[in-house]
Amino acid sequence: MKKRKERIDRGIKARSEDIFALSSYREMLYLLAPRAVPVVGLLGVAPFMSPYWQEIFISTAIYALLAISWDLLISAGLVSLGQSLFYGIGSYIAGTLNHYWGWSPLFTIPVATVGGGLLCTVFLLPVLRLRGIYFAMVTLVLPLMFSRLVEATRILGGTEGLPGLTPFPNQLTALYVIQLALLAALFGFRRLMASDYGLVIKGINDNDRSVMNAGINIYWYKTQILFLGASVGSFAGAFGTHIDMFAGMPGFALDYAIMPVAAAVVGGMGTFAGPMIGAFILVPLSEILRALGALRIVFYGLFLVIFIVALPEGIFHYVQRKYHQLERWVELV
Amino acid sequence: MNKPLPLLKVSGLTKSFGGVMAVLNVSFELKEGELLGIIGPNGSGKTTLVNLVTGFVKPNSGRVEYRGKNITGWAPYKVVGLGISRTFQMVRPFYQLPAFKNLIVPLYSSRVKKLAGGKYGDRNAVALDLLEEVGFERDARVAYKVAGSLPQGYLKRLELAKGMALRPDLIILDELFSGLSLAEVASIVPIIEKLRFQGITIIMIEHRLKELFRIADRVLVLNYGEKIAEGPGEEVMESEPVKKAYLGSETQ
Repeated sequence: MKKRKERIDRGIKARSEDIFALSSYREMLYLLAPRAVPVVGLLGVAPFMSPYWQEIFISTAIYALLAISWDLLISAGLVSLGQSLFYGIGSYIAGTLNHYWGWSPLFTIPVATVGGGLLCTVFLLPVLRLRGIYFAMVTLVLPLMFSRLVEATRILGGTEGLPGLTPFPNQLTALYVIQLALLAALFGFRRLMASDYGLVIKGINDNDRSVMNAGINIYWYKTQILFLGASVGSFAGAFGTHIDMFAGMPGFALDYAIMPVAAAVVGGMGTFAGPMIGAFILVPLSEILRALGALRIVFYGLFLVIFIVALPEGIFHYVQRKYHQLERWVELV
Repeated sequence: MNKPLPLLKVSGLTKSFGGVMAVLNVSFELKEGELLGIIGPNGSGKTTLVNLVTGFVKPNSGRVEYRGKNITGWAPYKVVGLGISRTFQMVRPFYQLPAFKNLIVPLYSSRVKKLAGGKYGDRNAVALDLLEEVGFERDARVAYKVAGSLPQGYLKRLELAKGMALRPDLIILDELFSGLSLAEVASIVPIIEKLRFQGITIIMIEHRLKELFRIADRVLVLNYGEKIAEGPGEEVMESEPVKKAYLGSETQ
């Protein structure tokens, strides 16, 4: 007897895409559960972890924010290899304001978020017309240039950086700040991309001539997305710099550029949730593998390769599909 | 009394790609409410001419005037903002989206917002109405299907609806009929006639001469980028240079 796997979309999925007509608690739970997982998972679990894991959790969340910001840019067709630019600029703005003028993190972080977003947008504006790999190259080069600039001119503390920044009052405060930011970015951007505005953005990625022909100035929209993405990255930088109590050249490190891309690929691009999941797997994993010493990178790389080969669509897309479909075996006649 | 201002005035438009003259010194005028056909053999520069007018390609020389305003080399989105919309010969839908969601993008443009008095309203409803107008049967719920799964005939209609969504004063249809069956063409012709009735000026690039001549006021013939004839359809086809262009010249 031959058998075949049949996949059927749950009816509610089709209905819930546009019209929200809910009839039962089961259906409400069905829609609510995936949204409740990150909220409960982040806010509920983290406070009970050991201080060591809380620290890792914070750095994971920073990477997750960078990954979400990367995902936002890619949804408008902007391939970025320069999340480290956003991180570095954000960290230097917050660091400068705190180190030289003694501003409290309460002000440095918001100023760095908006100011960093603006600054990075201005830096990348001339190359916004470039697409794909060309845009990526420029984003990769800029942070390297800035770190050399700091080294050569010895501005902003030069290679020494700006030490002794104001830390957060306690770890729990820092934890909640970054968690709320992460949740806001996750749900905010998901909602944004589901709106008509998001449709236009995805259209630019899909088929920019068609969007141009619809009377829409695509460069203006790309600029907006770039500003949003850069702001989120700068926020991560400003936050991270107060955690480390130090702003310096490591802010432009390649780690901040590579990890978000890896997280998005493992987690599933274009979903915001995917890159976040990716970051929450990769960063703690790299921490656990520390015990292996020099072999760490080998195992880490191996894990990445296996993951990408086995689940090229990314974890989130896979899980989402399974969640929305009923599977059953049917006999072939 | 002065002659009324032409809606569109193209003068001496020239564009070369490398050494190839795609469009060479083409001039024509278009009155409000007219339906102009542009015909010519393959590679004669028809689509390039449209690209020059709509700003997708910048001309080497020449002028494009719309309502007396020089719009030569304007960016496409600005040209659209003035009220010139176009369809593409190769349809360009967003394949993963349901058909009606394809119209959200043009409906999001500032031109539509301006015309609606600053309000967008429910774009989904407008999109569904527009699709019904171009022949998406509402009962069959074709409009909800993913664009990638639609047959060519519907994709062409969708392309037309995208052009109409911008509420243009001038719509340029680039080979709307190509790849369609006779019956499909016959069902689209009334939609075009309705657009004319609403006072919309139309430029049609076509290879389907019979259908075109029936609805066009005037046709313009291009060959190797040059305008070789202009006038009512049947008359133009009788002229010597056009016959040569279509049938080839006799060997010496």
